[in-house]
Amino acid sequence: MDNEEIRTGLAEIVEEVAGVAVDDVTVDKSFVDDLDIDSLSMVEIAVQAEDKFGVKIPDDELANLKTVGDAVNYIARNA
Amino acid sequence: MSERPKLIGRTGPAGTRLLGFGSAQGNRVVTNDDIAASGVDTNDEWIRQRVGIIERRLADPDQSLVDMAVEAGSKALADSGVSPEEIDTVLVATCTMPGNIPNAAAQTADRIGVRSPAAFDLNAACAGFPYSLTVASDLIRGGSANKVLVIGAERFTDWVDWQDRANCIIFADGAGACVVGGSDEQLIAPAVLGSSGDLVDMIGLTPAGHIFQEGQSVFRWATTQIAPIAERAVEAAGIKLSDIDVLVPHQANLRIVEHIGKRLRAKGAREDMVVADDITHSGNTSSASIPMAIDHMRAAGRIASGDVMLLVGFGAGLSYSGQVAVCP
Repeated sequence: MDNEEIRTGLAEIVEEVAGVAVDDVTVDKSFVDDLDIDSLSMVEIAVQAEDKFGVKIPDDELANLKTVGDAVNYIARNA
Repeated sequence: MSERPKLIGRTGPAGTRLLGFGSAQGNRVVTNDDIAASGVDTNDEWIRQRVGIIERRLADPDQSLVDMAVEAGSKALADSGVSPEEIDTVLVATCTMPGNIPNAAAQTADRIGVRSPAAFDLNAACAGFPYSLTVASDLIRGGSANKVLVIGAERFTDWVDWQDRANCIIFADGAGACVVGGSDEQLIAPAVLGSSGDLVDMIGLTPAGHIFQEGQSVFRWATTQIAPIAERAVEAAGIKLSDIDVLVPHQANLRIVEHIGKRLRAKGAREDMVVADDITHSGNTSSASIPMAIDHMRAAGRIASGDVMLLVGFGAGLSYSGQVAVCP
């Protein structure tokens, strides 16, 4: 799975959890500052991403995933 | 040497059922704006979005945990049409009594007018109500009790740091109670009870004696582990998720409650299943939240006698519990 496929899959989760349009979930965006996603929604996104991509995203790693690009790279490395 | 004397045993009725409910709340209505006005860095929109609470009820300074337990218990007896003399066991689920000695149950029973009952407290934190209902039901089925008054009662006011914005917005004070009696038919199903003591550090007290929780970790645990426990409880009752009329999760956080409802609907629960949302106006009252929510929903006509209820408790310990019971 290439990074663009991961981004698309992640964007679908973000849309379902937080109601952000898929096209707005681009790699340069900050989850908190740009997409207005709160910490509990981040947990919901992480849990769904774990199921979808077969990765583990513990809470301490989740705290380091500031941007969509951080999350895509983490999933690409660990999936 | 003389022969050992033979001891006799006892058994009770084949089944148990809920006879009625009652509840009591802190006398003070505290809005989100009230908390913000007290100097805590928070606001109404933030609180509603994160935890779904619009207002909570806190006890007056002279309104004790036992006061609320007495009020809820008395109302449950009246609702059940059972007199205090008929009660032989009083069980209080609580984790916020001011000290370990004395317990809440004996004095609560005395003030309600129940004479010389078996009386004890049970601490499984926010999972306490289904634990207590199971103990009550099995005491009756085992012949050790005839009618049991079960009360969940909490006074978090004493255990909250009122400047800790993560927790002071959540917790509240109140009590919920029910009466359990024998029945030809089993109307309180076997429970799924359990714990994860390896996760003990996720919810506890600070050295100063104030409650704290690892918010994200608790949220992840509750949104991933609790729906499967609810499914196991339905299985233990020998019914299907589509048979459930009312879902009553512990009122921890509206987002957790809604998440559990969503997960169960994806697994076959009905779209018209009522999901308790009592936290919006009552706050999180730990072991009191499930019976209080049931009492409020019955009073509002949202649920009716004969409805099949799925109760799910989860909290510090970590402890969890799931159980199906029929609404009286």
